[in-house]
Amino acid sequence: MNSRAFHSVDGTYNFAYLDEQTKRMIRRTLLKAIAVPGYQVPFGGREMPMAYGWGTGGIQITASIIGRDDTLKVIDQGADDTTNAVSIRRFFRRVAGVQTTEETSKATLIQTRHRIPEKQLTEKQILVYQVPQPEPLWKLEPREVETRKLHAYSEYGLMHVKLYEDISRHGEIITTYDYPVEVNARHIMSPSPIPKFDNPKMAMMPALQLFGAGREKRIYAIPPYTRVRSLDFDDHPFKPQRFDKPCALCGAEEVFLDEVILDDKGDHMFVCSDSDHCRERRAAGHTGSRASDAADMGFVPTEGLN
Amino acid sequence: MYVATKGGESAIEATHELIAEERRGDTTVPELGTDQVRNQLGRAVDRVMTEGSLYDPDLASLAIKQAQGDMVEAIFLLRAFRTTLPRFGAAEPLDTSKMIIRRRISAAFKDIPGGQILGPTYDYTHRLLDFDLVKEGANATSAPEATATEQTMPRVTDILGAEGLMQAENREEIEAEPFDLGRQPMSFPANRDQRLQNLFRGDEGFVLALGYATQRGYGRNHPFVGEIRMGFVEVEFTPPELGFTISIGEIEVTECQMINQFTGTKDIQPMFTRGYGLAFGQSERKTMAMALVDRALKASELGEDRDHPPQDEEFVLAHSDNVEAAGFVSHLKLPHYVDFQSELSLLRGLREDALSTQDKEAAE
Amino acid sequence: MNALLEAQSVGHSYAGGQLGCEDVSFRLYPGEVLGVVGESGSGKSTLLGCLSGMIEPSQGSVRFDAGGQGLRDVFSLSEPERRLLMRTDWGIVRQNPRDGLRMNVSAGGNVGERLMAVGARNYTEIRGEALDWLTRVEIPSGRIDDLPRTFSGGMQQRVQIARILVSKPRLVFMDEPTGGLDVSVQARLLDLLRGLVRDLGVAAVVVTHDLAVVRLLSDRLMVMRQGRVVESGLTDQVLDDPQHPYSQLLVSSVLQA
Ligand SMILES: Nc1ncnc2c1ncn2[C@@H]1O[C@H](COP(=O)(O)OP(=O)(O)OP(=O)(O)O)[C@@H](O)[C@H]1O
Ligand SMILES: [Mg+2]
Repeated sequence: MNSRAFHSVDGTYNFAYLDEQTKRMIRRTLLKAIAVPGYQVPFGGREMPMAYGWGTGGIQITASIIGRDDTLKVIDQGADDTTNAVSIRRFFRRVAGVQTTEETSKATLIQTRHRIPEKQLTEKQILVYQVPQPEPLWKLEPREVETRKLHAYSEYGLMHVKLYEDISRHGEIITTYDYPVEVNARHIMSPSPIPKFDNPKMAMMPALQLFGAGREKRIYAIPPYTRVRSLDFDDHPFKPQRFDKPCALCGAEEVFLDEVILDDKGDHMFVCSDSDHCRERRAAGHTGSRASDAADMGFVPTEGLN
Repeated sequence: MYVATKGGESAIEATHELIAEERRGDTTVPELGTDQVRNQLGRAVDRVMTEGSLYDPDLASLAIKQAQGDMVEAIFLLRAFRTTLPRFGAAEPLDTSKMIIRRRISAAFKDIPGGQILGPTYDYTHRLLDFDLVKEGANATSAPEATATEQTMPRVTDILGAEGLMQAENREEIEAEPFDLGRQPMSFPANRDQRLQNLFRGDEGFVLALGYATQRGYGRNHPFVGEIRMGFVEVEFTPPELGFTISIGEIEVTECQMINQFTGTKDIQPMFTRGYGLAFGQSERKTMAMALVDRALKASELGEDRDHPPQDEEFVLAHSDNVEAAGFVSHLKLPHYVDFQSELSLLRGLREDALSTQDKEAAE
Repeated sequence: MNALLEAQSVGHSYAGGQLGCEDVSFRLYPGEVLGVVGESGSGKSTLLGCLSGMIEPSQGSVRFDAGGQGLRDVFSLSEPERRLLMRTDWGIVRQNPRDGLRMNVSAGGNVGERLMAVGARNYTEIRGEALDWLTRVEIPSGRIDDLPRTFSGGMQQRVQIARILVSKPRLVFMDEPTGGLDVSVQARLLDLLRGLVRDLGVAAVVVTHDLAVVRLLSDRLMVMRQGRVVESGLTDQVLDDPQHPYSQLLVSSVLQA
């Protein structure tokens, strides 16, 4: 990833929007984050031309590491065509002039909100997460002066109290997304609001995972091939979600599904949340139970939307 | 929903066109010029500059026009522009004792050296709608020459300070390299420079409400308006390559210094303490509120109880920024269907479990 | 036997110059219960704060023997060491149970927290221990999942005690453990405490202005007045044959009441 070029396509802003000083500062932060997996490194986050909460942390990381040769994919809720994903992709096309793609395998850099692609990522890829609240302990302890100590001294009993309460009240751990993980047997970390379905994908992932929280001004990272364990009890082990039906369009099993409401009489179907994965499977001839009416319902393949 | 979000690209383009059209409104009405905003909506410009933390009336006027008068949106526009600007360094501290004064009042003393100067203020207007303003050109009256006095006036708090009655500012903190809120993440516990910068660009409504709360007993600090002064001050800068100080221009600011009672402790003598407020342009309400909150945040260093939100720096400083706050509140509009799907399945599962236990119990 | 806790000329003045306590020295041995009595404002809570690592004394030293390593100055321990001590070897029973409990966490979760804090990760075992301890402090097992605010004051106090004793501390600090409770509840709680302290062999420092409490619980007694210890000795000895005029006054006023 280099950024030799200093001018964006439309000439007004620096390549990838941020000035080179800021990018350097963010890259230094990233190095520190990678060196201490799961530790939240404070950084001098900048105001971006998008609102806080809309991915400014992820955008700053992407802007700092993207080079002209990169191919960028942006997803929100697993899909490339959700409005905010489209908006972020447009932003980088405009200020960095890079190639964009919807195909997971063609991307070198993937910015995501709330999902990890279904397809196994490779060592040649970087996954950048947008994070709204980087502090996994915030619901139990809102004070930063205190949470910093809890992390520093590995005082993580409180986190298990929360899980204990879930089980005692509901018979199971009811956290379904943003499910806390322990990274490299040291730091407890928020995986961002991905469904817990995606948690196992974080462990020993060949790709580098970077997390940016713009409003809270924190960056953290999981280097490739790092141990990531979802918190649990020995006798109540972590269980990712399971869906009892396959995708209605491509027949995929073992994927995260979105529920689509079809009419006001309660007819609904479940389809892949990862739109590229679904498209690829359908192109390869896989079909689900309602594949035939898919076209009628507007589920056209999404190529060419860029 | 899955189907509805298709074609995001064209929808985004269309919405841009739509807001452009709405902004212009009825084309038979003349278009608003940014010079008109700058000249006739000065208080709006001042607020956008302050909370946008960029002193540039032209850009602030543009932001107000572009945002259709939505102040938080205009502040956001100015901030986003500001981040792209190169940074040369920190100016010398403003010397407000050398201010060219347009307005200056003290509520603590009747007579002060230099006198009280009312200047432009809404304080003594009756808040009656002035229907003459509906007609254009009706307001051509010329005010008595409201000249700024060239004479500099000593600050009331400095007079008290000379007598040793006013808490002196911490020299070490003054001489240290200032914190830079635009470049550094907040850290706690926060020093005064970080607190003041944060309050300066904090949302006026939020700071006002907190300041008001201190008056109503949520962190009382017995304030007196030592002095409010408004006018022009020079901005000085020492370029490292020159090694001496040069003036780089003049800006209009409002400054409020509150004098607050403090009864002293074993180590600290009884004295007055300071609450400080500053803002660009004419922003008296903001600076007064800021001064109240600044003083409330000194509670821990003065060994006072810290029982109320205005005294809690993590609470105040982390929530004052309206660009951050507006962004995070508005992000709830973004799709959350993955999280929601997870919650939905969980809820269905829990309800099923509950129903089957009920059935079992009923069968027994 | 080696001392567990040693106070040497401990004194503390507050920021306003107000004297909290002054020149307090004593040694506490494993399994021993020390009572501290004195009128309101005599410096009992201040002393307890200094002993339990919560208030750094302005004079003197407090040393504790953590895990047989010999006496070490509590305030020269690093912060993580001291925090670890507070959730393992030490237990602090607060006068107001609201200060010692997590009010938004169930009784079971409150009791289980200290186990989880030191690494317990088996839900069934944690719950089993919590249940066992709640039973020992006479909380009905059916209330294990209820929040503390649905409990009476006396019950909250008992949950607090279970929460601390579950991790088998070696030293417990109690500030007015029966304060704010009515007499019959007080008596039951004291009975319970006495049993637990004896069974577990924990040492304790119990602050109170109630002589009945110390007579029941403590082996030794210190009488404080205006920040200073005016008399100390075996509990029965001090109560039955007080030497200092102030102790005599204290004892006689109770007898009359
Ligand atoms: N935070 C504080 N700041 C200043 N002075 C204090 C503070 N806490 C206690 N003091 C003073 O220290 C002295 C000892 O108080 P302390 O609370 O230790 O008494 P006590 O024996 O526990 O009384 P009680 O039986 O009423 O609880 C008192 O004179 C009190 O006013
Ligand atoms: Mg007390």
